[in-house]
Amino acid sequence: MKIEILGNSDTRSGFGAGLSELGRTNENVVALCADLTGSLKMNDFKDQFPERFFQIGIAEANMMGIAAGMTIGGKIPFTGTFANFSTSRVYDQVRQSIAYSNKNVKICASHAGLTLGEDGATHQVLEDIGMMKMLPGITVINPCDYNQTKAATLAIANHIGPVYLRFGRPKVPIFIPKDAPFVIGKALLLQEGTDVSIFATGHLVWEAVEAARTLAKEGLSVELINIHTIKPLDNESILRSVAKTKCVVTAEEHQVAGGMGESIAQLLANNHPLPMEFVAVNDQFGESGNPADLMKKYGLHSTDIIKATRRVLKRK
Amino acid sequence: MNYMFIFVNNNNKIMNNNFLEEFATQIRRDIVRMVHAQNSGHPGGSLGCVEFFTVLFNTILNHNTNFSMDGNNEDLFFLSNGHISPVYYATLARIGYFPINELNTFRKIDSRLQGHPTTHEGLPGVRIASGSLGQGLSVAIGAATSKKLNKDSSLIYTLHGDGELQEGQIWEAAMYASAKKIDNLIATIDYNGRQIDGDVDDVISLGNLEAKWAAFGWKTIACNGNNIKELYNTLEKAKSLSGKGQPIMIIMKTEMGNGVDYMMGSHRWHGIAPNDEQLEIALSQNKETLGDY
Repeated sequence: MKIEILGNSDTRSGFGAGLSELGRTNENVVALCADLTGSLKMNDFKDQFPERFFQIGIAEANMMGIAAGMTIGGKIPFTGTFANFSTSRVYDQVRQSIAYSNKNVKICASHAGLTLGEDGATHQVLEDIGMMKMLPGITVINPCDYNQTKAATLAIANHIGPVYLRFGRPKVPIFIPKDAPFVIGKALLLQEGTDVSIFATGHLVWEAVEAARTLAKEGLSVELINIHTIKPLDNESILRSVAKTKCVVTAEEHQVAGGMGESIAQLLANNHPLPMEFVAVNDQFGESGNPADLMKKYGLHSTDIIKATRRVLKRK
Repeated sequence: MNYMFIFVNNNNKIMNNNFLEEFATQIRRDIVRMVHAQNSGHPGGSLGCVEFFTVLFNTILNHNTNFSMDGNNEDLFFLSNGHISPVYYATLARIGYFPINELNTFRKIDSRLQGHPTTHEGLPGVRIASGSLGQGLSVAIGAATSKKLNKDSSLIYTLHGDGELQEGQIWEAAMYASAKKIDNLIATIDYNGRQIDGDVDDVISLGNLEAKWAAFGWKTIACNGNNIKELYNTLEKAKSLSGKGQPIMIIMKTEMGNGVDYMMGSHRWHGIAPNDEQLEIALSQNKETLGDY
């Protein structure tokens, strides 16, 4: 895939655009929001389909329960709030009423990770992927740009079962073509290479693209794979790649513990143990600041992926 | 039997309250036998709600025992205080959702009759997992909303424990239901005044429960939850009040352990099983009516 910048937008706007399209194409889609309609970019859906939009107020636990109940009778509820309030605040509601009850709810979570920025650590959830992937039966998706987030939003409406869809606040480059296939559970090969496999998810995919470009100038051949679906993991694509490259770097805007890298480490430990480096937050809370500064301070910048690659190559 | 009333059951069959009394007595036997057999479960709250389940499932609910998860064009019931699963399972079995003999498997490995109700094992009649308290009212609001969107005029019923009302999510849901005029919802509270650690008033008092629900914008009715005739009349009245812009709450004053004398008057039988001797006493106070499983 030829990677070029096609524009600049926030992934949450991709969600909003996808939701509005679903409003037009799938009459069973309903949207619920806990007083963050503008932040989640759900205004357009609300305006176009007011009878299918439900303002729940600042009551996320109630929202998860209502969403679970609305599936009874055939609705496909999309809940919208910040990632922190979609997961840690309502973990037991998601666990019992949605996951264990196997309800067809789409938990759509914006402002994930450090790039939420100035509001600080109370809102910067870095544990959500771990919490969600631990629940049996939930699909966990973390798209990387506007186009992919829109495509993921459309895809999850056709998937029967609970889904956690994670996206973010800041404007980031759009580089996934509009017509790129989005298949749940199928990793996207962005660049073939032979020296190292870099697996990245969410906002870190663009950082990995930049890292791969710098490394190419040093003569290194990077295989870059976008893991948009963390659960179910695309074991086959990952194992095929590492069989060739024999070393791995993972990159994500999440704690090391519970993240995508951890899932890949488990896969490799069981099948093909190899040197591996993790670019992720290491057992810390975030803090206030602008997103770019935070990504640098907490080691989530393209330069951190480059450093991790050099380390892993030495261990090969 | 010092009174008689006649009702039309959900198969349009004319019945009288003798059948309901017999049904209730058999359910009581089922409950104590199920809990005794596995030496595990919650008999106290289950016994206190026998009359409610008996009246609801025999006379009030327009429901289909040929179970479908969506339950379109039928009334739906959600049990929020899932620990009283024995009365729920016994009722579902006796009313025809699954074989009565399956009550034998309660709380045993490989059973559809889990300690707390779940959809996970595919037990007909159950549409949501409950056990972790406080979640059922929200789920019921969701199902009620779905019915409105589907232009389905059926009603949603729920049951909650009184101790369960200490969970904050209940009050989130209470606020929402009145603000959004969820008027196809009839919620009920098993107001037995007991919870695991003792009397609700001692653990954390609910204050004036009727006034609280009224203040939250609900149409509130109180009744004796162990009196079949009164329950029937109250539930019929609640139905007549539906569709008028307000959610409806029935506060049912009940006796935990009702029908088994040594279980009444205390919170002690919330979650323990009778031993062999205690089982015999309980059964002697509730003679077999519809046939034991």
